Amino acid sequence: MRITVAHLYPDYLNIYADRGNIAVLARRAALRGHSLEVTGVEPGDALEPWAYDLVYVGGGQDREQALIAPDLAARGYGLRRAVDTGTAVLAVCGGYQLLGRGYRGRDGSWMPGAGVFPHETLAGEKRLIGDVLLEADLGGGVMTMVAGFENHAGRTLLDPGATPLGRVVAGHGNDGDSGFEGCRVAAAIGTYLHGPLLPRNPELADWLLGRALEHGGGSGKLEPLGDELEHLAHAVSTGRARSRGGK
Amino acid sequence: MGLRPTRGRLVGMGMRLNAETSAARLVGRLSRAVGRGGGTTLPGKLLWKVDPGALDALAAKLPAGVAIVSATNGKTTTSAMLARVLGSRYRLAWNNSGANLASGVASTLLSANEADLGLLEVDEFALPEVMQRVRPRVVSLGNLFRDQLDRYGELEHIAERWRAAVARLPPTSTLVVNGDDPLVADLADGRAAALRFGVDDPRLARPALQHAADSKYCIRCGEPYDYAAAYVGHLGDYRCPNCGHGRPALDVVARSIDLQALDASVFDLVTPAGTVRVRLPLPGLYNVYNALAATASALALDASLDEIAAGLGAFTAAFGRFERIEAGDRQILMLLIKNPAGANEAIRTLEEGGVPANLVIALNDRIADGRDVSWIWDVDFEPLLEGVERIVASGERAAELALRFTYAGFPPERLEVIPELRAALDRGLELVPAGGELGLLPTYTAMLELRQIAVSRGLVRPYWEGAS
Repeated sequence: MRITVAHLYPDYLNIYADRGNIAVLARRAALRGHSLEVTGVEPGDALEPWAYDLVYVGGGQDREQALIAPDLAARGYGLRRAVDTGTAVLAVCGGYQLLGRGYRGRDGSWMPGAGVFPHETLAGEKRLIGDVLLEADLGGGVMTMVAGFENHAGRTLLDPGATPLGRVVAGHGNDGDSGFEGCRVAAAIGTYLHGPLLPRNPELADWLLGRALEHGGGSGKLEPLGDELEHLAHAVSTGRARSRGGK
Repeated sequence: MGLRPTRGRLVGMGMRLNAETSAARLVGRLSRAVGRGGGTTLPGKLLWKVDPGALDALAAKLPAGVAIVSATNGKTTTSAMLARVLGSRYRLAWNNSGANLASGVASTLLSANEADLGLLEVDEFALPEVMQRVRPRVVSLGNLFRDQLDRYGELEHIAERWRAAVARLPPTSTLVVNGDDPLVADLADGRAAALRFGVDDPRLARPALQHAADSKYCIRCGEPYDYAAAYVGHLGDYRCPNCGHGRPALDVVARSIDLQALDASVFDLVTPAGTVRVRLPLPGLYNVYNALAATASALALDASLDEIAAGLGAFTAAFGRFERIEAGDRQILMLLIKNPAGANEAIRTLEEGGVPANLVIALNDRIADGRDVSWIWDVDFEPLLEGVERIVASGERAAELALRFTYAGFPPERLEVIPELRAALDRGLELVPAGGELGLLPTYTAMLELRQIAVSRGLVRPYWEGAS
């Protein structure tokens, strides 16, 4: 099957190796006989997000994020409709923040977001940096350990009743305090974890691919791959998080 | 001391400095004696802890003052070039071991009793504090690329700190900036005592900005820059189509550049003191940028154009940066990789000179490497993978590196994962036929460790005795 991907602002939001996540999705799709068709979307481009099987939003430096924020916020309706109709979403770091209701700067300024995830982000003083390990709950009884790296000044506060991506085993997470990391709405995942996230978390990569295939009308079932190197990298990253995450 | 406050305080400080400095020097000798590294930063760490103000006093004792070199990439090489150019004119207090934090600077100044001029490579983050304390005659700011975001933070943040430091620089001090880097060039905007350097040879421009290019957007209005030529990462001849902000007029320029594979770069060095054709025995356009930074700084320190051309012509690579090491009947070519821009240039250099068939690439994730290894995904490894036969992935994050290559389509059967560096080096050498060359691309701490292995086998001299 052909899996269509809208990659938002690849020229602006690419600070934490976001193309690694796309490369992983493309190869893992190809190894199962599917193909990934990625469309880059820049500010001002026409977009119907619900027509895509997967939407990817990466992270940028503050300056680049501020440059695209108004464009992203204006796409709120389309992105919410996409999530309602089963489009898979992966939003990392800045993308995760900007898909919430908005970002409150330290000077009190308010940058509205796209309103896909039920959260707000407040600028914090000290950056939360380090290796992270999560116990992620992807719904329907699918649990997986997710290992990554976080580096964010924002404190993301989930609304009461919102579903986090996972419980923090080691590291800071959304706000350094709640013990939770990320957010999930249907097949949309937002997270602070980069590294990039998907190479060393193949279960999560396949979960996203599965949801994207289902959105395209196919079966979400994927043949398992060997993933020997992936698990080795995951184990090293897990060890790092346990020994130095959140410090 | 309370009775004669002014004089008493001065005398007291001097005595205190002497006592502190002799204690710190002793620590340096002890540290070397017990074989703990080069003993390069321990005495400085002690002094820095006891009295950071001692740095001011040590710098003030240097009759010819202090020159500072900073940049994300190329600071070690640029300061080594400057040392080569200035070595006959001045006795140098030079931190050539790469110890470039405030404590390393303190150690260097401590151990240089007879020096005239301080030549200091300074870490980007430590720069403001060191600049304020040593009151440099010349400051060279080479470039800002994304690097170790977990430690340094975002580029804008570093640029802001640099901007504040530059604002406090005495008006008589010369500021040397890379005119081809928008963020860095802007630091000299409106400053009289400034030299701007850059490359002017559109034949060598890259067809497009690299994936990891930074500072792509106008620093004034946010519009994407138009590049008449992009040379290294985002360094080039830029202009904003919206507000007109562009590359400033250049004072020190490289023109008619002839990149001679892995051997040398030959170019016209155009300066306010005249033009000379230079043969720099180092590959890579990024090293031409380093030579321009060194030239501008040397001019500000009264060197003649002849001295500069001779110094650059006799230059040998700083340790671990394009270093050739003989290992029996095989050769090792070591290129440090530490961030996307630097790694991309190392790869481009190998491409132009012929990629070795066998590579050992080593990724560590200690503080000096950056604990966050995500940067390897921003490096354009793909052109390297096309030319190479076998790769040994090594270092503490070897598996992560191997994933980078397999997801780029490199065949797993030609890839080996050997985290331990010594074993990886041995395996790499085993793969190379007699008379052949092994390419070695380590991150910073892996480079130090690999070099240590080479030292222990008698292949090179330790770094604190100077590059072999």
